[in-house]
Amino acid sequence: MSPDAATPVSELLEVSLGPQHPSTHGVFRMNAVLDGETIVKLKPVMGYLHRNHEQIGEGTSYIASFPFTDRLDYFCAMSNNLGLALAIERLGGIAVSERGEYLRVIMAELTRVLNHVAVTGFLLNDMGAFGTPLLYAFREREKILDFFEAASGSRMMCNYVRPGGVRVDVPPGWCDQVRAFVSGFPRFLDEFETLLTQNEIIRQRTQGVGVLPKALAVNASVTGPLLRASGVNYDIRKADAYSIYARFPFKVPLGTVGDVYDRYYVRILEIRESLKILQQALKEIPDGPSVSPKGAALVKAPRTFRPPKGEAYGRIEAPKGELGFYLVSDGTPQPYRYHIRAPSFVNLTILEDMCLGQKVADAIVILGSIDIVMGEVDR
Amino acid sequence: MLPAPEELKQSVEELLPGVTLTLESAIFWVTPNDLIAVCRCLKDTERFSLDHVANLTAIDYPAEQRMDVVYHLYSMAKKHGPVTLKVQLDRNHAAVPSLTPIYRGAEFQEREAYDLFGVIFEGHPDLRRILMWDEFQGHPMRKDYVPEDQDVPSG
Repeated sequence: MSPDAATPVSELLEVSLGPQHPSTHGVFRMNAVLDGETIVKLKPVMGYLHRNHEQIGEGTSYIASFPFTDRLDYFCAMSNNLGLALAIERLGGIAVSERGEYLRVIMAELTRVLNHVAVTGFLLNDMGAFGTPLLYAFREREKILDFFEAASGSRMMCNYVRPGGVRVDVPPGWCDQVRAFVSGFPRFLDEFETLLTQNEIIRQRTQGVGVLPKALAVNASVTGPLLRASGVNYDIRKADAYSIYARFPFKVPLGTVGDVYDRYYVRILEIRESLKILQQALKEIPDGPSVSPKGAALVKAPRTFRPPKGEAYGRIEAPKGELGFYLVSDGTPQPYRYHIRAPSFVNLTILEDMCLGQKVADAIVILGSIDIVMGEVDR
Repeated sequence: MLPAPEELKQSVEELLPGVTLTLESAIFWVTPNDLIAVCRCLKDTERFSLDHVANLTAIDYPAEQRMDVVYHLYSMAKKHGPVTLKVQLDRNHAAVPSLTPIYRGAEFQEREAYDLFGVIFEGHPDLRRILMWDEFQGHPMRKDYVPEDQDVPSG
């Protein structure tokens, strides 16, 4: 045997994962270069769902963009509406009615609960636990979607929040139903956790996988649960205290290692904090108009809304991270510039960093733990 | 807390001799040559600690032949912000130094601004189209962009 034959020759293999791969969460592609099973290079490819949402927004009135924002992160239509409403309110100096504020917070927190539950189900799906955990999660999600449907008329494309408040008040008895749901939810969560948190297979698949160091997370402008799992205490609900979040005492759960397991667990803890906010909001919600007079006038005649020349950047803590809307007004009924800072888009910046040196199967789990929605990435 | 805009302008100008910021209704205008120095100063000075590029995009003004690039900086460490920086560029030769070497978070956002507006970010490690496909011609978010299907009757 010649010495050459004894030395193993390794050849790099280029693999394209996606865009139709079921675990890429939509039409997303990862161009991976593999050395055996190990990833040595990984480039994300996106844009398959690009429809130039920003240009559509610049060609229509401010209010007409609300239905389009539903389609950004189609899991979290309510929070997307809220982000745009916040930017428009800042631009036009519109006050929000008291009941409107509470309804918005309730909707935004219900959205966070449903998003985190669903993404945990998807993450388990990515790990190979096909179906069962996802359906447990979707069963709970469906209950929240029923509340959204009762309030807005649509399960997912809610188109509900408006500048100054919300489009229409919730039907009678709605708050009681949500209250019953919220008080029963911890029981589901405990059951969910019994199956997952101490699960040996999940720990083996996630602990130490896709570690994102704290310094890199901050430098790469990563936001949301992904950032907090790396141990950075930054929640826009606390930092900006937008809307009425200052009235609600809640904790910001933090991870220590910054691996996939921490991201999973931070999300579970965030659900528990959201339930606290929901309980308090449902207790304190006042009667009164669900939209302020100026907001109501604006919704009736969107083309009469001509904000003064200027610009505004409104941002919220969406379930996936910082969702920002940047609006520039030139005094006409249409925004001169309409830009969306999408959390999943910016969070993908560090996908390669987290995957390098890991196995291919881990890349799927890491992508699942970032929590992306292509409607928002590609806009 | 972040110092008031005037105070911030003064402190930056003291720290960086030769650099002038123009303050206009809470927006700091920076010349392209000073951008890197100003951002480094805002990021590394402990008092400011602006470590988070929350938002980065461009605005096209064809009538004035200019292209603005806007940056919204926040601080995760100090939980304050935003500081809005703007750079004014010539629309036909829109080029500005890239912030990616300082802030990784600018990487995809700059690629997006390059793709949709045609702003060249000098020093970007991987300046390629990100949302449009590689063979695409033109920059669709420019105000004078003509969509391909102009002759398609609507309705």
